[in-house]
Amino acid sequence: MADIARSSAARPSRRHARNIGNLALQVALVAIVLGLIAAAAHNAAVNMAKANIAHGFGFWNNTAGFDISQALVGYSASASTFGRAFWVGLLNTLLVSAVAIVLSTALGFIIGIARLSHNWLVSRLAGGYVELIRNIPLLLQILFWYNAVLKSLPELKGSVTLPFGGFLNNRGLFLPKPVFAPDFSAVVIALAIGVACALALRIWARRRQERTGEQVYLLGPTLALIVGLPFIVFLVAGKPLTFGIPDMGRFNIRGGLEILPEFAALLIALSVYTAAFIAEVVRAGVLAVPAGQTEAAQALGLRSTTTLRLVVVPQAMRMIVPPLTSQYLNLTKNSSLAVAIGYPDLVQVFAGSVLNITGQAVEVIAITMAVYLSISLVTSLLMSLYGRMVAVVER
Amino acid sequence: MKRFATAFAIATVLALGIQAAAAQATLKAVKDRGELWCGSNGQLSGFGMPDQQGNWTGFDVDFCRAIAAAIFDDPTKVKFVPLTAANRLTAVQSGEVDVLSRNTTWTMSRDTQLGIDFAAVHYYDGQGFMVRKSQKLSSALELNDATVCVQQGTTTELNLADFFRSNNMSLKTVTFATADEAVKAYEAGRCDAYTTDSSGLYGVRTQLAEPTASMVLPEIISKEPLSPAVRQGDDNWEDIVRWTHYAMVDAEELGVSKTNLAEQMSSANPDIRRLLGVEGQFGESMGLTNDWAARIIKAVGNYGESFERNVGQGSPLKIARGLNALWTKGGLQYGLPIR
Repeated sequence: MADIARSSAARPSRRHARNIGNLALQVALVAIVLGLIAAAAHNAAVNMAKANIAHGFGFWNNTAGFDISQALVGYSASASTFGRAFWVGLLNTLLVSAVAIVLSTALGFIIGIARLSHNWLVSRLAGGYVELIRNIPLLLQILFWYNAVLKSLPELKGSVTLPFGGFLNNRGLFLPKPVFAPDFSAVVIALAIGVACALALRIWARRRQERTGEQVYLLGPTLALIVGLPFIVFLVAGKPLTFGIPDMGRFNIRGGLEILPEFAALLIALSVYTAAFIAEVVRAGVLAVPAGQTEAAQALGLRSTTTLRLVVVPQAMRMIVPPLTSQYLNLTKNSSLAVAIGYPDLVQVFAGSVLNITGQAVEVIAITMAVYLSISLVTSLLMSLYGRMVAVVER
Repeated sequence: MKRFATAFAIATVLALGIQAAAAQATLKAVKDRGELWCGSNGQLSGFGMPDQQGNWTGFDVDFCRAIAAAIFDDPTKVKFVPLTAANRLTAVQSGEVDVLSRNTTWTMSRDTQLGIDFAAVHYYDGQGFMVRKSQKLSSALELNDATVCVQQGTTTELNLADFFRSNNMSLKTVTFATADEAVKAYEAGRCDAYTTDSSGLYGVRTQLAEPTASMVLPEIISKEPLSPAVRQGDDNWEDIVRWTHYAMVDAEELGVSKTNLAEQMSSANPDIRRLLGVEGQFGESMGLTNDWAARIIKAVGNYGESFERNVGQGSPLKIARGLNALWTKGGLQYGLPIR
């Protein structure tokens, strides 16, 4: 009896002690991990100093001296630094990843839904796509698309001429480059106003539907606001937009907007490959929604597209978002396979050319890894925010 | 005073002992493991590539075989590690290879900043361009606006930018991780020209689907002294690598070849006698045997023999000796005296 009394009296303080113990353990663990990292860094620095290998980050501001085939920000071999080359590579990685994420998501959703289709041919085609694509290594697919793209395109002299002055050949796709006059800002403002009005209209329509049950079809007014309004402003402002037309030279096409075959091949390969996985994620998410939900919606008289849009997809999204995040992360990391086909991504430019010219492997690889880690963490964060948005709100 | 002298002697022996131990480290490691680890190209015809039977052959490969012969009297005791331009220098730094014999240019920054040392210029090269004959070009100066395929992480990549800049020409480069990928892209028409050291261009040209459809432009736009490289700090090992090269050049200067080695062993010429170890302790001073150079010549021949067999007239590449002829014949290869 006395024992019990003592133990019950001691319980809060014991738990408190245990909490402090746990905390101390965790702090110690973190300290050990950080200590190990610091020791490794110190050890590397000492060893490199001993072996007469240059170390530190002083190379960052040295002149790069090499060319990069695609630079979203100004870059020249003679004037730019290794640091600038890093940003060029990073932007190229982000560009191809971002576009591929959009394309693969669109394609993945279409194929995932198609695989669930009651149409035998459609579902088998989608199934075949998934099995074919996800079972072939990505590197082979990248090489396939690169060679397929290059081999099937004509040489410079036989360039395919596209409407509005574009060219297509094995050097890339050359499109007229939009050149914006200062007045063009009016069009952008008009577009912003149009979008804002369209959103307001939509909110009003939803409120009205909730209140009265009447539906308003907004396609016409929305189009008028988003497309029509900017277009009218564009005409009024005197067409403040011209196009730089690509021009055929002896070796290359100059001017215009250039899309490299390397970029195209990598984009296609990443999108097609990741879409196969996203399709499976989507299929799993949709199948995870109990059939009773669909039946209930149909019993209420909803049409099948409406059922999908209002009942199935919102619930499926909850299942889809976490694995979808993994696919986005994979895609971003897989973009580093660009090195195989000469697309100047971060790994190719920074962990390739910069590393070899400076010889500072440890620093360059550490920076590269930190960058991929950051990109992945940011992607995860954004996706979990989105996941919270689509999560079921418990009432 | 006597105690001081004793202490000094002990300290000296200790210091020397430690120094000697450090200096002998690579040679001892190689001897202990029974094979030489040699960083090689693996893709460059004539310089370093496995043949159809899987045997490594080439001018750079021969150099490693020569070192192995000097140490083990057996040119097959080499493990060839294929390296790309991108990872070759790191492989030397990290000790993954004992010696890098892979068409690597000796530059000041590599020599002073990377913790590696270059032994001797084994091949004097320079960067050139290969273009399709159908383009009807006669000079690299006509390449304004052209797209050029190049391998990343090379001096080539930097020289290319320099050449176009200094001639006020605009350039588009497509940069690949390996030479193979760059060449394939050139063949597929992605680029107007492929650039690398001219020795490499000859090697690559023989491997194209249509070698006769491409040509090498006459301009040499850079100096590329190609040299084997070793880790810094092991002077004895560096000596072995350096003198392996000079032994091969000396042998050619003295007319000692694979075929006449046996009769030259009894030559009266003191230079030959010292080279072949009949006189002097030159091999032992490097931790080898005195017949080290004779072993090299028996295994791979002299410099000229190795050159002609791999890249010269006895090979599909048919590269002229040019800068790599002996100094007595208008070239730059100059054997240092063994004495």
